[in-house]
Parts: sequence; structure tokens; C-alpha cells
Amino acid sequence: MYAYDEFDRAFLAQRIAEFRGQVGRRISGALGEEEFKPLRLMNGVYLQLHAYMLRVCIPYGTLSSTQLRRLARVARRYDKGYGHFTTRQNIQFHWIKLAELPDAMAELAEVGIHGIQTSGNCIRNTTTDPFAGATPEELEDPRIYAEIIRQWSTLHPEFTYLPRKFKIAITASKHDRAAIRVHDVGLRLHTRDGVTGFEVVVGGGLGRTPYIGHTIRDFLPKEDLLSYLEAILRTYNLGGRRDNIYKARIKIQVHELGVPAFTELVEAEWAQIRDGALKLNATAIDDVRGRFIIPDFEPLEDQPAELVAALADPAFARWHENAVEPHKAPGHAIVTLSLKPVGGTPGDATADQMDAIADLADAYAYGEIRVAHEQNLILPHVRQKDLPALWARAQEIGVATTNIGLVTDIISCPGMDYCSLANTRSIPVAQRISERFADDARIRDIGKLHLNISGCINACGHHHVGHIGILGVEKRDEEFYQVTIGGKGNAKARLGEIIGPAIPESEIVNVVERLVETYLDLRTSPQETFIAVVQRLGIEPFKERAYAPR
Amino acid sequence: MPLVKDGVRVSDPFIRLEDDAPLAGDPVLVSAQRLFAEGEALFAEDRTVGVIWPNGRDIAELVPFLPRLAVVGLEFPKFRDGRAFSQARLLRERHGFAGELRATGDVLFDQLLLMERAGFDAFEVKKEADADAFTRALATYTVFYQPTGDGRQTVRDARVAA
Repeated sequence: MYAYDEFDRAFLAQRIAEFRGQVGRRISGALGEEEFKPLRLMNGVYLQLHAYMLRVCIPYGTLSSTQLRRLARVARRYDKGYGHFTTRQNIQFHWIKLAELPDAMAELAEVGIHGIQTSGNCIRNTTTDPFAGATPEELEDPRIYAEIIRQWSTLHPEFTYLPRKFKIAITASKHDRAAIRVHDVGLRLHTRDGVTGFEVVVGGGLGRTPYIGHTIRDFLPKEDLLSYLEAILRTYNLGGRRDNIYKARIKIQVHELGVPAFTELVEAEWAQIRDGALKLNATAIDDVRGRFIIPDFEPLEDQPAELVAALADPAFARWHENAVEPHKAPGHAIVTLSLKPVGGTPGDATADQMDAIADLADAYAYGEIRVAHEQNLILPHVRQKDLPALWARAQEIGVATTNIGLVTDIISCPGMDYCSLANTRSIPVAQRISERFADDARIRDIGKLHLNISGCINACGHHHVGHIGILGVEKRDEEFYQVTIGGKGNAKARLGEIIGPAIPESEIVNVVERLVETYLDLRTSPQETFIAVVQRLGIEPFKERAYAPR
Repeated sequence: MPLVKDGVRVSDPFIRLEDDAPLAGDPVLVSAQRLFAEGEALFAEDRTVGVIWPNGRDIAELVPFLPRLAVVGLEFPKFRDGRAFSQARLLRERHGFAGELRATGDVLFDQLLLMERAGFDAFEVKKEADADAFTRALATYTVFYQPTGDGRQTVRDARVAA
């Protein structure tokens, strides 16, 4: 956990006072709706289909048990008793009253959380690996750099009215769990000649014009992180398109200028500022690192007797195989709690579940929780000997579904049930798919399969990078779904291919099932995953079967 | 439109000359186009000249004129269009412009502090009430996370000093 100090707390108090004033001026009429809108958005306040929505920032997806309990309290007091975790490691409350927003925000601020820059045309929450600080794969804890970026980007005077929103993601592991190649800027920590620095990727993104990002610099020394970002943002702020909201993201600027010309602009700008006030020396980086409270891991052995005994139970062994990952500290493990129960809304958690998970974190996991891009919660630091007790309790509260990384671990946007932009519903489709694939032995046999659903072309469900992607489209006032296969969001990111005409709502679950059956028939062994078969054979065999009359 | 300069309301001494108006009066504000078209002639008789610079044009083009310009006005056609924030910082921090840097257009209460941090010292404030509340707008925050040319202490420096 990053520990806020008096400066962070003072800033937050000032931010809430400012928003209280803005709400007051809106109500008195001193501020018109057009003037108010960007201000409320930059505090995470949306006007949705039925009510105001508050999107709360969870910096790089890290929460303390105290903060999670406070989210539960806000869910109970100001919402309908639940919250929705998003693909950008944030949480949304969909039923908040405008007049109560400043109070809800003040309650969140007491534990150091807020909605700042979770929306609007500014630099958003920097996302990262939910296993940061826990996985043995990482070079360094990427949250240190995410926090450095958070501070630099918070109310940046130059970059608060950008052409469009701006999202940065950072990873420090070989396995990219932060999808850095589909962000406005992606940063990958790696070493060259024994020195650690960043690969800088620019211009990725999904939405209506999906692009995989381009590497504009293979290696950026760590101390130059902020000056380089400032050079990118300045190039974008001055040159990004503002004539068309759909062409205003940096990916369009990069595409229209071409990567070499864009890179040249950034490098020329950077040359002017790289030795200026933004330079990070080791002291500055160490100061931020020192503000993270890293658990004092107990000296434990791997595979303790309690764990070995519990593994004799096939149900526990199944969960352990699915939801538990190696940790860098011996005798510890990373546990993913599934927010994807059969028939549930992907990413939703009730206030009671949040409280119970906070208790689990305190009892077994050094009080820390993470939000994953896949809309699950993670306990990053669990003692292996406590896994059996943790599992028992996780089952009771409904977060032990053994579907992590499998076909029913669906990423979905809220869709037309909440969102004013959506063309179709997403949640009911996700629910019906999870019901169709409710059998645990079956999804285990199917193996790794990422399924993503977006209710409109804005692609909040990241359907372009789903192994199976489902996009809702409206035709003659009816809900249809366009299906892509072969997308990937990881280090080898690629966009899925459309298999054919959009499918009516009544048929979509059958089509998903036929795609899965096609895969099962075509794989050479159970080790060959769905995505591997698509890559080997292309979309043709899938297309034939998907549309075949039954 | 009220003009706030260095934190106080002042009357604007500058005459804004249309491109086709005869060159008369002192001091004057002209468009970028007129500055390039008439050049030296504008500065005749020791006239004090300022320019209103469009937010879509590279500020580097203005550099040769900077030492002789009393005012550079930058435009916010909509307050959401933030290009002039970058132009302001470049003028102050890179090109060393020390004259009046004026925010024009859709200049509203909630952007004043950001503008001031970017280097503006004069503001054509759109609403009377916002001009009256100028001092309060600048006092909205006392904590600043990132360095600009405004000289304010950043959180990072404050932590080191603490």
C-alpha cells in the first residue's frame, strides 16, 4: 500500500471542497450544464441512463481492507448495496444521487480514495499488473512508477483539457497482465546491459478504431520517465485532433502522422526538457518506494503440511489449480477471487461480499486487496497454510467459482442496463453464457478462453482482444451481436477477426457454444488452447460451423 | 469583459485592431496574420504592440518577435480546448517571454489556477462574478504535484525539505 501523507490528504480535502463549490454553483445556476459536465466528469461523476454514476479511482488497483470496507459502506449508504469493478481497476456506483455525491466523496476521502480523473479528457488512473509486488516474475514493483505517474498527472495544469481521454498502463513482468499494447501509452519495464528502463509503446487502443500500439522507444532510462511522458502529452495536446471526438485519441494522431514522424516530434520535444525539473534521480524514486508499506512476509516454507493435506480434497485441489498463483516469498501465494458466479453480473460485488473479503484480507493476506483488469479481486499475499481456511470462507461468500481464465470469466461492460451510450445489453448475454457453461468439468476441459462483451462500439468490454469477442449492434431496433475470434490483449496483442454477419440476440449463446465445440473437435490435444487453434487454422472452420443450420 | 492583471481588475489600455482597420492608436493588439503582414511598420513611432496568437499555430513562429511584443494573447475558443496551456508554458519556460501573457476567450473560474500555473498573468475573464472571485480561484489549491515555470514548491520538493 502507498501511504498518503499530509500533502496528499490536504490535496484531497481541497479537491472535495472545490467540487462541493462546483455542485453548489451548478445548483444556483452560476455554472451552466455544459460548463459543469467536464468538471463533474473529472471527479468521476457521470449521468447515466437512470441515475448519476460515481466512478471511484483505485490507483493501480491496490486497496487496503479499510478502503474496501469503506467502499462497502458507500455501496450500502448511497447506492443499492453493491458496486461494479471495472476493467481499469476502478469501481463504479450506479445509483448515486447528485446532492449526496459530495458526502459520499468526503467519506471516501477519509480513507484516501476519490474519483479524481476517472473520467474526462485528462490523464486517467494508471493501471498495472494486479500481481505487482507479489509475482516472482517481475523485475521491480511497477506500482512505484504508477504512483510517480499518479502524482505527476494529478491536476496537471497543462494536460487537464486534452483532446480526449488518456490512459497509461505499465507492466514489469514478461506476462503482460496490464494489456499495455492497447493503451494510449504502454510502459514495459525491462533491463538492458544491467540497467532497468522502459519500453515505450504509444497509440494503442480499442473503441471504434482499434489499434495495437507502436514502440517509439525501446529503452528509456527510469529517471527520464516523466520528461518523456510530458513530451508525448505535449505533442498530443498541441497536435491531436479536436474537430471530431471519434478521431481525437492519440492513436489517430500517431496513425495520421505515421510512427516515424510522430516519434521525431516526441524526441525533439524531449531533447528540450529531459534535463529539466522532471528528471527523477534515485532519491526521488526511493522516496516514493519508501512510502509503500510492503508486508513483512513471515519466513515460511512452500507446500506446508496444512496445504498438502487439503490438496487431497479434489474440490480444494481444483480451486487451488485454478485460482492460486506462485508468490515471490516462500510459503505465500496469490489468490484470485472470482466475481463471475454462474448467472451473475461480471465484476459486481455486494457490500456484504466486500466486507467479507476485507475480513479475509485481514485474516490471511496482510490486509491488501487488488482489482484485476479482468474484473476479479485478488488477495496478493496469502500464507499457503491459510489457503484451506480461505477457500472455505470464499465459497461461503460466493467468490470461489473455479473459472479464472476460463470461458465464464467473462469481461463485460455494463451495457444498456446502465449505460446511456450502449446499443445493446451485455450483462444478460454474459449471464446466459455462464449458465450454458455452468458445468465445471466442461469449462476445465475447454481450458483457457477469454470471452469479452461490449454493448456498443466504444468497446469498454474490450471485445477486440477477446479470444471470443462479442459486440452489440442495433439493427432495426433489435439487438444483434457481431462475433470476432482470435484477439489477444497480452504481450503479443492482436485484434480479433469478424467471423461473419451479426447474430440475433436469441442465437448468440448457441453460436458461442458452436465455436467452442468446433475448437474441441479441432484441437490436437487438450494442451492446445482455443486461441492456438484459431491461430493455426484461421477463422474459416469456425465460421462454417458457427453459421451452420442446426 | 473584465481584465484581471497580476491579480487585480484593470481597464484594458490596448486597442484591438481588426485586420482591415487603419493602423492607429497606441497600444494595440493585432492578429498573428497582421503581425506577419505588416511587421516593422506596426512598431513605428515606438508603438506598443501585442499579438493574439491562434491556438492551432506553432508558437515557435512567434519567437523572432517576442523581444518586442508587450502582450501575447492566447485563445481558449472553448474552455475545453486546452492547446493554449502548452503554448503558454513554451512561451514562458522555453522562449523566455517576460511580457504580459493574456488568456482570452472562454476564460472561466475553474480554469484560472491552471492558467496561472501555465504562465498566464492576465485574464480576460468571461463572467463578472468570476473576475470578482479571482483571488479565491487561485486559492483553491495549496498543494501542487508537478513542476511548471510558476516557481511554486512541488510536493516532491516539500517532502525533501520537510
